[in-house]
Amino acid sequence: MNWTSWLLSGFLATLALSTLLATSQGFGLTRMNLPYLIGTFVTPQREKAKSYGFVIHLVNGLVFSIFYVLIFEARHMANWWFGALLGLAHALAILTVGMSIMPGIHPRMASEQHGPNSNRQLEPPGFMALNYGVRTPVSVFLAHAVFGAILGSLYRLTAP
Amino acid sequence: MKDRLPRLHPSQTIGGRQLHWPEIKDYGIIGDCRSAALVSRDGSIDWLCWPRFDKPSIFAALLDRQRGGHWRISASGPATLERQYVEDSNVLETRFTNPRGSVILTDVMPGLSFPLVRALTPDHEIIRRVECTAGEFELEIDFSPRADYGKHQVEIRECGKLGFRIVVGRGAYWLRSPVRLMLANGSATARVLLRAGEVLRFSFSYSEEAPATLPPLDSSLDERIGRSIAHWQQWGRKANYDGAYRNEVARSALALKLLSYAPSGAIIAAATTSLPERVGGDLNWDYRYCWLRDASMTIRALIELDYWDEAEDFLDWMLQATRLTQPRLRVLYSLYGDKAPAEYELDYLSGYQGSKPVRIGNAAREQLQLDVYGEVLDAAAQFAFHGGHLDGEMQAALAGFGGYVAKHWNEADQGIWEPRQLPQHHTHSRLLCWTALDRLVALGERGILSGVPIEEYKRHRDSIRREIEERAWNHKLQSYVSILDGDQLDASLLLLSWYGFEKADSARMQGTYKAIRQYLGTADGLLYRYASAKSEGTFAICSFWEAEYLALGGGSLDDARQLFLQLIKYRNDLGLYGEEIDADTGAALGNFPQAFTHVGLIGAALSILQREKGEQQLGHRPPAATESGPSEASQ
Repeated sequence: MNWTSWLLSGFLATLALSTLLATSQGFGLTRMNLPYLIGTFVTPQREKAKSYGFVIHLVNGLVFSIFYVLIFEARHMANWWFGALLGLAHALAILTVGMSIMPGIHPRMASEQHGPNSNRQLEPPGFMALNYGVRTPVSVFLAHAVFGAILGSLYRLTAP
Repeated sequence: MKDRLPRLHPSQTIGGRQLHWPEIKDYGIIGDCRSAALVSRDGSIDWLCWPRFDKPSIFAALLDRQRGGHWRISASGPATLERQYVEDSNVLETRFTNPRGSVILTDVMPGLSFPLVRALTPDHEIIRRVECTAGEFELEIDFSPRADYGKHQVEIRECGKLGFRIVVGRGAYWLRSPVRLMLANGSATARVLLRAGEVLRFSFSYSEEAPATLPPLDSSLDERIGRSIAHWQQWGRKANYDGAYRNEVARSALALKLLSYAPSGAIIAAATTSLPERVGGDLNWDYRYCWLRDASMTIRALIELDYWDEAEDFLDWMLQATRLTQPRLRVLYSLYGDKAPAEYELDYLSGYQGSKPVRIGNAAREQLQLDVYGEVLDAAAQFAFHGGHLDGEMQAALAGFGGYVAKHWNEADQGIWEPRQLPQHHTHSRLLCWTALDRLVALGERGILSGVPIEEYKRHRDSIRREIEERAWNHKLQSYVSILDGDQLDASLLLLSWYGFEKADSARMQGTYKAIRQYLGTADGLLYRYASAKSEGTFAICSFWEAEYLALGGGSLDDARQLFLQLIKYRNDLGLYGEEIDADTGAALGNFPQAFTHVGLIGAALSILQREKGEQQLGHRPPAATESGPSEASQ
């Protein structure tokens, strides 16, 4: 595995992913604020949550990109379309499995069955995060496809 | 104040049920310094725009009983009511009483600046709490949101124990209710019987980012209401005023604070659009923007009440937000200093009691009003003379305004009242151009502003003075007049002494005052702003200008006090004023509540108190206007 290449491409891909998701929110494609959603795992304070969430998301992106890179290396193939395909699969997993278990693992997220209480007050995402806007899946798929495409384009495979 | 409900007014029918038009003065306001809601006397929220004052409404029954949308928590049958703000706060309490029992409805819009320390709170929220204090009481709940000024009926989706969600555009509204509501025709309704000691808590919130926060309907809401009360009381009790009208001044300051937009420091003229200046007429304007013409008196009120943070924010907003157009200034700006939106009409709304059209945006944005330069410069001078610091950028902006005024002071403009007519040479605009140059000279001479061409500005200033003295004085009327070489009166001429152009007790000001009272005054102490405006209401701030003029030396202290006492009879039971007052009925007219009127009340009260104490009044004016100032002994 090419560690330098992973670090650089992983960082740029994560930055692009964050930028695209924030842009989607700004243009009204989705209400989802991913740094806020992640940051509220660790703090209830709105502004701090967004800052912490951004940093955690950046680290997350680097961690996830290791798996992408391992697949690139295993298949000996790293290009934009293969990366984008992996990104789409990643997004599908997040929107289905990830979002459905979110109320169970997020310490501040309520559920439709139990309602909010003083510890759990955040609106749950629902299936495919549709509670956060009907076009939320579009922005998540798009952002992760770009994430994978950038990784696939920039990552340099180690010599066979 | 006790009253029976509902009051009867022209009405529309909804589903066989009469919904009556409240009077304008029947409304109270709650807010969080980003947006505001108007609550009717019988517990109906009839106006709410989220996430900020100038965004489309979710409740607008104020402008159309049928289409506008509302959220009503009220008695299901006849009841008497009392309402008040919790002392020195913007938390509203309405008590409903009938022979079987009594409940108190508390309405509050908690702000983000005073949340619980370790709890999530919604971006924008209204909390409504109902407590049965005696016997039993049946309530009626009718939640009928309508998006975009009532243009769209919304889909209310029931989400289990989370409550009800309404998605509109990029935002989501959430209603959390402890009562099971029946959904039908875009409304959620219920009747509920409360017994003594029982409490219902509701939360209605809005968020443009997910996940939204959904507060639990438990005692934590009570704690947040308590924190809101404490926050407002701390702010309200800071007012540096120890005169006889303390409650009126504090309420006006609290109302003014509610109309400020905390993120930018802007202060809007009013929280509403299109409440009519003449019921049934077309004088209906959108006031949810920031007018520079109110700047000087607003800064004066804030500084002298010791609200320095707010004064600094407002001045900063004026000088920073207007940067794109400097040295030219627009008449009005949006909350962030953009050009206010173009004006358009909402034909589908009935308007308040049939007062059409309902307008959004304001066409005055295209007007030229030369008085705004004097307003901004006078505000900056007051700030600096009271010890405020003007940084380099501010100084550059002020110098730029001076250059503009020196070049353009002799042009015609639309004037302070914004008539949609051809420009004319308004005396008031000349007065404020004189004020602009006079303050620049004073700032330059005191070394606060560098690089001021003092001699050049003095020449222009003196030219303006000569022109006003020669062409704005009407020998026949023995009064200053509204337009140069004209013969019409205008209540804004009372401000000649406020800005220091004439001493209040000069022969010319006495003549002007006499003429204004004779031609524009009513027997009840009110004033029309100009003669052709008699088809609308009397203009509330003009009456406070009159009281202040008397306090500045235009009359005796008793004259000023008596008029002030007369004027405060026209406030509503919560202490709020609209823009105008109906001369026959005393009813409030125009957008509500009106920042300008409350600024006028504070100004008059301050000048009366200063005269009582023999203190200097409006000390930022030139010495000629203040020397040998009136004192108790001069009565």
